Amino acid sequence: MTALTDLTLAAMRDGLRKKDFSAKELAEAHVKAVEAARVLNAFTVETPELALKAAEAADAALAKGEAKPLSGIPLGIKDLFATEGVQSAAASNILKGFKPPYESTVSGKLFADGAGMLGKLNMDEFAMGSSNETSAFGTVINPWRGKGNESLVPGGSSGGSSAAVAARLVAGATGTDTGGSIRQPAAFTGISGIKPTYGRCSRWGIVAFASSLDQAGPMARDVRDCAILLKSMCGFDPKDSTSLDLPVPDFEAALTGDMKGKRVGIPKEYTVDGIPAEIEALWKKGADMLRDAGAEIVDISLPHTKYALPTYYIIAPAEASSNLARYDGVRYGLRETPEGGSLIDMYEATRSAGFGAEVQRRILIGTYVLSAGYYDAYYLKAQKVRALIQRDFMQAFERCDVILAPTAPSAAFGIGANVDDPIAMYLNDVFCVPASLAGLPAMSVPGGLSNDGLPLGLQIIGKPLDEEGVLNAGYAIEQAAGFSARPEAWW
Amino acid sequence: MSDYRIKGETGEWEVVIGLEVHAQVTSNAKLFSGAATAFGAEPNTQVSLVDAAMPGMLPVINGECVRQAVRTGLALDAQINTWSRFDRKNYFYADLPQGYQISQFQHPIVGEGEIHITLGEGRTKTVGLERIHLEQDAGKSMHDQSPRYSYVDLNRSGVALMEIVSRPDMRSPEEAGAYVKKLRSILRYVGSCDGNMEEGSMRADVNVSVRKPGDPLGTRCEVKNVNSVRFVQAAIEYEAQRQVEIIEGGGTIVQETRLFDPGRMETRALRSKEDAHDYRYFPDPDLPPLVFDDAFVEALRAELPELPDAKHARYVRDLGISDYNASVLTAEKEAADWFERMLTLSAQKQGKPLTEVARAASNWVISDLFGALNALGKDIVDSPISPEHAATLLALIGDGTLSGRLGKDVFQIMLETGDDPEKIVEERGLKQVSDTGALDTAIAEVLAKNADKVAQYKAGKEALFGFFVGQTMKATGGKANPQVVNELLKAALAG
Repeated sequence: MTALTDLTLAAMRDGLRKKDFSAKELAEAHVKAVEAARVLNAFTVETPELALKAAEAADAALAKGEAKPLSGIPLGIKDLFATEGVQSAAASNILKGFKPPYESTVSGKLFADGAGMLGKLNMDEFAMGSSNETSAFGTVINPWRGKGNESLVPGGSSGGSSAAVAARLVAGATGTDTGGSIRQPAAFTGISGIKPTYGRCSRWGIVAFASSLDQAGPMARDVRDCAILLKSMCGFDPKDSTSLDLPVPDFEAALTGDMKGKRVGIPKEYTVDGIPAEIEALWKKGADMLRDAGAEIVDISLPHTKYALPTYYIIAPAEASSNLARYDGVRYGLRETPEGGSLIDMYEATRSAGFGAEVQRRILIGTYVLSAGYYDAYYLKAQKVRALIQRDFMQAFERCDVILAPTAPSAAFGIGANVDDPIAMYLNDVFCVPASLAGLPAMSVPGGLSNDGLPLGLQIIGKPLDEEGVLNAGYAIEQAAGFSARPEAWW
Repeated sequence: MSDYRIKGETGEWEVVIGLEVHAQVTSNAKLFSGAATAFGAEPNTQVSLVDAAMPGMLPVINGECVRQAVRTGLALDAQINTWSRFDRKNYFYADLPQGYQISQFQHPIVGEGEIHITLGEGRTKTVGLERIHLEQDAGKSMHDQSPRYSYVDLNRSGVALMEIVSRPDMRSPEEAGAYVKKLRSILRYVGSCDGNMEEGSMRADVNVSVRKPGDPLGTRCEVKNVNSVRFVQAAIEYEAQRQVEIIEGGGTIVQETRLFDPGRMETRALRSKEDAHDYRYFPDPDLPPLVFDDAFVEALRAELPELPDAKHARYVRDLGISDYNASVLTAEKEAADWFERMLTLSAQKQGKPLTEVARAASNWVISDLFGALNALGKDIVDSPISPEHAATLLALIGDGTLSGRLGKDVFQIMLETGDDPEKIVEERGLKQVSDTGALDTAIAEVLAKNADKVAQYKAGKEALFGFFVGQTMKATGGKANPQVVNELLKAALAG
């Protein structure tokens, strides 16, 4: 018999309804898996009691035939989400020990649908990073290992989420994606993840990084599991002024794998210098898979793509520099009060001790680009370029229904490989950032393995609000790729 | 043109004044959170998660504050911008939880408008309005609660303010005072701000510069947070004098922010332009642009109450009230409301058209009622006399039931007791006696008692007539109708 933790979320859901196993058994199996995998450092807080409590409620509901969509499903929640009474630190020293008296809208919706929480998932500090090496709670280890058995990063910023899903510690996890933070770690760990259209998921209760880009989304074993979780996570929230007041589709029902009549765009600008041949090859293979599923492949152009990364690294830090001003030691979180110091001394000491190097770097960049005399040249120019990037996509979508691209320019790299080179680190997001700037739904699905036996992801970018089209294209690739590789449990 | 001048050693100086008035928007909730806004509540009891800037909290615009800003703009004949935007003004301070204030820097909700002010001797002036924007207030730092710590009260954090920015169109403390009073009056008419300067619902930043008449504008200094009309005027006087002295002493004015010290009635430097903040304004990504349609604006326009200028014009034109009386009565909405209610009832009770009673009623309100309230230190809203009772009193005087003198007596009793004048008249037997039968008896008695004087009168000493009137009034306890007494006495003495 397969271990319960090996089941997909959909199989867990169905097994629970068929009484093949209880929610309690399912939760206990996951709690054990979490305990056994502490070496991965995927969690910042473990909450087995909450998972078991939700399981108890789920078993009672199942017994009465009143199961909710996620009854008994044990999840991990990224540390960026405020969870009531449970430390929500955004993996930062400045919020260590902070237990919010409120629940984020998205995690609250998942729990209202019956899911339980195994714990809070590690991440890059304030979601700033692409390798989960900036966390104040330590680096997360990718369950996949390198050819020489070396430790690899799980991607970032949702690295705890990707590692936990890939290692079968959780049935699924929440992630957030500001410039690739769901898609890139999903690609690095051989799982699926979708960032929906900006505004689909409420940002209320999610620690803000870059407000105009942040978007929550699910990370799970496969496309169907993502569709199931996304349905529970989405929906209008009057507490978020950027939330979209639209009905939530039944995403799972869209998964036919049939691409007939669909046109898939291949953006020529995504062929960047230095991209490994195996990534190029995978991309072509992905196009073939979709063609085989009935799609027509068309060449498209997104001419402003090369400006996306610099644009992103102006807008995101600008917003972050303002969003993170509230961590000042006055009301909650860390407070450092140098003897005899002034208010400004308190700010400086608190923020120096509380923020890690990458967060400080971005606050500095953001403060700089918004400063008098630089605003027009940087922030305002970046906003204009952002509008051009959005226009590129809208024009491209006149010729195609979805866009296919690689998720990341490489497979997972070694821990420490890029920590001294922020530019190299930022380049990890080169394929992810354009869709973020345009607010478009985009997902990563495993497409195959690299020459070193590591998972590689393919990215599907869709029209605004067409998560169904994105998920279905992802599903078609998943069906065709038959990706079944998984990391050997070495932990 | 104002002829207000500062007399310096090198000649006369003109003062140029612009005002930024911060008016707290009347609303049950703050600008971007559902928290309440009660004044005087215990510290940190009117604070939501949003106001305390807890992680992950987001602002949601309070529609009532938007309506109030638009109504205010309409009342000031201003351009209403159906597309406006909120920006973040970034700076660190302990009572600013977000580390930024949400304000409207580039695209305010209300654009150019104007305010008509009335000055002494019937002079008027129009002051241009540059803009009105919506913004959040900060909390309050308290440095006097402990020797070691400063405390922060976030009750005001997030409260909605309208910043109402005038053009530098004022030229004297008098004009600035009249502007603040008129603005306050309009805001109170509209109901968009209670105008309570003592509680901080309204405060002004005063921009002052001086120049030789005809010269270009001088360098200005901004005096922050002045919270009464008197202080606004005092700050201008002090600041203008200070600037003239500096310039005439060979110095130059440094653009700076200054504080007004009400204890010493002087201003002092707070910070200069050099260490001014770089606020790093940028559009708040948490808030989409604020957009509404013309129908929204027109619906609000249709609901606007009659405003002081229109009311003043109507009083003069339709009711025949003097220009001065109309100004006094319309300055405060409460006074105008009180007067109009009283006027309507007066006309009803006396069975006369409004126009016939309006002038007398306005005179009575301004001289008798306002005089008495002033002496009692009371506002019209605390008046012990209701418009109903006042109308009754005027009717009793009008129909001769009360003489003017009795009317004043009854008015005094009303002020003390708040009673209905009819009840007072009834209980105290103060009704004016016009019954000729009763008066004939009284007169006969008076004449009989003073037969000698009657003889003198008949012999030609006509000045004694007043004596007989006085005696008759005395005999009737002052209740006799003097006119009737006159007639009856004349007849009796002629006999």
